[in-house]
Amino acid sequence: MTMHTLSVLVENKPGVLARVSGLFSRRGFNIDSLAVGETENPDVSRITIVVNAESSPLEQVTKQLNKLVNVLKIVELDPQVSVARELLLVKVRADRSARAQVLETVNLFRARVVDVAPETLTIEATGTPDKLDALLRDLEPFGIKEMVQSGLVAIGRGSRSITAGPALRAA
Amino acid sequence: MTRPTPETLAHTARRARAAAEPASDVDPATTRAAASPATPAVRPTAPAQVSGAGSLVRSLEALGVDVVFGIPGGAILPAYDPLYDSTVRHILVRHEQGAGHAATGYAQATGKVGVCIATSGPGATNLVTPIADAYMDSVAMVAITGQVARPSIGTDAFQEADIQGITLPITKHNFLVQSAEEIPQVLAEAFHLASTGRPGPVLVDIPKDVLQASTTFAWPPTLDLPGYRPTLHPHGKQIREAARLMAAARRPVLYVGGGVLKAGATDGLRQLAELTGIPVVTTLMALGAFPDSHAQHLGMPGMHGTVAAVYGLQKADLIVALGARFDDRVTGKLDSFAPDASVVHADIDPAEIGKNRHADVPIVGDAKHVIDELIAAVTVERSTGRGADLGDWWTQLNDLRDRYPLGYDEPADGTLSPQYVIKRLGEIVGPDAIFVAGVGQHQMWASQFISYEKPYTWLNSGGLGTMGYAVPAAMGAKVGKPDTVVWAVDGDGCFQMTNQELATCALEGIPVKIAVINNGNLGMVRQWQTLFYNERYSNTELGTHKHRIPDFVKLAEALGCVGLRCENADDVDKTIAAAMEINDAPVVIDFVVGKDAMVWPMVAAGTSNDEIMFARGVRPAFDEDDI
Repeated sequence: MTMHTLSVLVENKPGVLARVSGLFSRRGFNIDSLAVGETENPDVSRITIVVNAESSPLEQVTKQLNKLVNVLKIVELDPQVSVARELLLVKVRADRSARAQVLETVNLFRARVVDVAPETLTIEATGTPDKLDALLRDLEPFGIKEMVQSGLVAIGRGSRSITAGPALRAA
Repeated sequence: MTRPTPETLAHTARRARAAAEPASDVDPATTRAAASPATPAVRPTAPAQVSGAGSLVRSLEALGVDVVFGIPGGAILPAYDPLYDSTVRHILVRHEQGAGHAATGYAQATGKVGVCIATSGPGATNLVTPIADAYMDSVAMVAITGQVARPSIGTDAFQEADIQGITLPITKHNFLVQSAEEIPQVLAEAFHLASTGRPGPVLVDIPKDVLQASTTFAWPPTLDLPGYRPTLHPHGKQIREAARLMAAARRPVLYVGGGVLKAGATDGLRQLAELTGIPVVTTLMALGAFPDSHAQHLGMPGMHGTVAAVYGLQKADLIVALGARFDDRVTGKLDSFAPDASVVHADIDPAEIGKNRHADVPIVGDAKHVIDELIAAVTVERSTGRGADLGDWWTQLNDLRDRYPLGYDEPADGTLSPQYVIKRLGEIVGPDAIFVAGVGQHQMWASQFISYEKPYTWLNSGGLGTMGYAVPAAMGAKVGKPDTVVWAVDGDGCFQMTNQELATCALEGIPVKIAVINNGNLGMVRQWQTLFYNERYSNTELGTHKHRIPDFVKLAEALGCVGLRCENADDVDKTIAAAMEINDAPVVIDFVVGKDAMVWPMVAAGTSNDEIMFARGVRPAFDEDDI
């Protein structure tokens, strides 16, 4: 099993996410991560799906996704030639005695403190899933009170755009 | 025997109106082939002020809909007011499931889009089974449902059901209409989606306040489906590669599925088959696509297929699949299916290609275009002298056909043989009639013992296997093809699920004929209990023999039909003849048949096609050395 990152361009209409996510569960796939947002074209949304699958059943899901009337385009992003990021917000126990050490970790990972309370710091970090895992491992000894992570978003390197194309202009 | 008198029939006036209209009975081949216009060809209409409901009905008229099947109710009620004055005939069914299957039967018989209408909540959920059925069999159906008013959506309002959510996995697409302005466009898109590409059901859910809102109706609307671009024309390189394989193969088989019927490609299929001399098998969904009597026809493959068809696929070195999907009922245990075959797989749905069986040559395209281009490419191959001798292959196949023809034993207990009844029905009624089957033993016998010579003469629920399909689907087929004799071959179990639509048939002047193959049991389930559950007949005895509950003759009469009964072989012909004489009312024949007859040949579920049983305990002796 390998991780695949799919960029799915869809019409920005109600219920489209349910159609896409429902198709995965119906065909027996678990979605590892999912992120949805608008694109430069307000009529088009982009869903980034990370799924753990063999390539042959994944091809079947991709074909089924392509059949959804609201799906405009599907591109599998090659990790070698794309940039992938997640966003992490984590509330770490950091009283006066630990604060300096926590801040050191924050700086080391080029993360940011976005909220300060007497007992905790809330840290924002973006990066690849690996980097965020490493940050969390470093913060864990201080005590993680709460954390939230976005789904992965990814974009291909270079000047080419997957949102350019006749079908998408028509949308 | 009671028959409804014409005076009491509500449909008389409508019939007269229908007769005044131009004939709608267009040759299905032409309508099917032409079923891909981007926008329906209708005179443009100047904008007019109407209600949402008015817009809906005028859209249906503009789309050329001549009949809809439905039941009114609270949320859809506004639509029924303009429908009252419309040229669209509404057939009031007795259960929404009947409306759905009738729409399917209409669509399968005519090649046009079948339309059903129901109200919100239970009305809509009653459509779920026929929608799922149409989805599995790729039937062009549009289901229109009322929904609670927009402000009530999501509040668990009276008769609210999220039918859009419920039908997500069983529709090609569905819509929840958000404003009255959208109605013409959504309807046009729904019909376009349902009837083009791989056909399928499309649901349009319309909230009551949208139906009541004031709006402007103008036609034609512009379709906005940027993500929908079905591939109709196959790739030339793939076609040439397929033709090359066809010319080189020594044991090729054309594996023909329902897609060939949907594409109106039956003439081309015959041409291709005769040009190449390749044996043909037609699946349950494709019966009639290639004449059963044709010398190259091996019959139906699959669980209850002929030995020759099953063996033909199993031992083939090349399978050319045309509009078929390697269903488990055809392949048997997948990893032992046709182990030596290369596969050319042509389908309009790219997701079917390689789904179950790897395709060596994948071809995405409409079966008509695929077949036409294959004919051209094969002709080129043959002009250069390529083309293997299929003599040995035909010798083997003909030997199997001779040794293992379809047949049956007369019941030892002297009861009427169901196969005999069905065989005689096919022989007496002839190849011009439409036969509609339910699901079970009678369906398999009807597929085996009736000879289908023409396309669109065999309707059944193949993919979903919906018991209760036959009566309402026959009703829909008869409405679509009023001048064609329509016979439903039903089981006593199936018949009890949807026979209420015979009341609709009686009152609406839809003289279908129903042959109930009454063996007193859920016969196919009982057959499995006989074979796989040590003859422990748990809950398969229906009491239609033992207690004659219900009495199908009395039931038929109560529903305004003619009821006939036949209990022995000597009466079969004359009872069928008597039914054929009656054309002013639906007829039901209760054929009381033996309960022990079984469907053979059989590939038991989950086993390999190599394990096909010709009859109980009889395995065909395949001459393995020949291969």
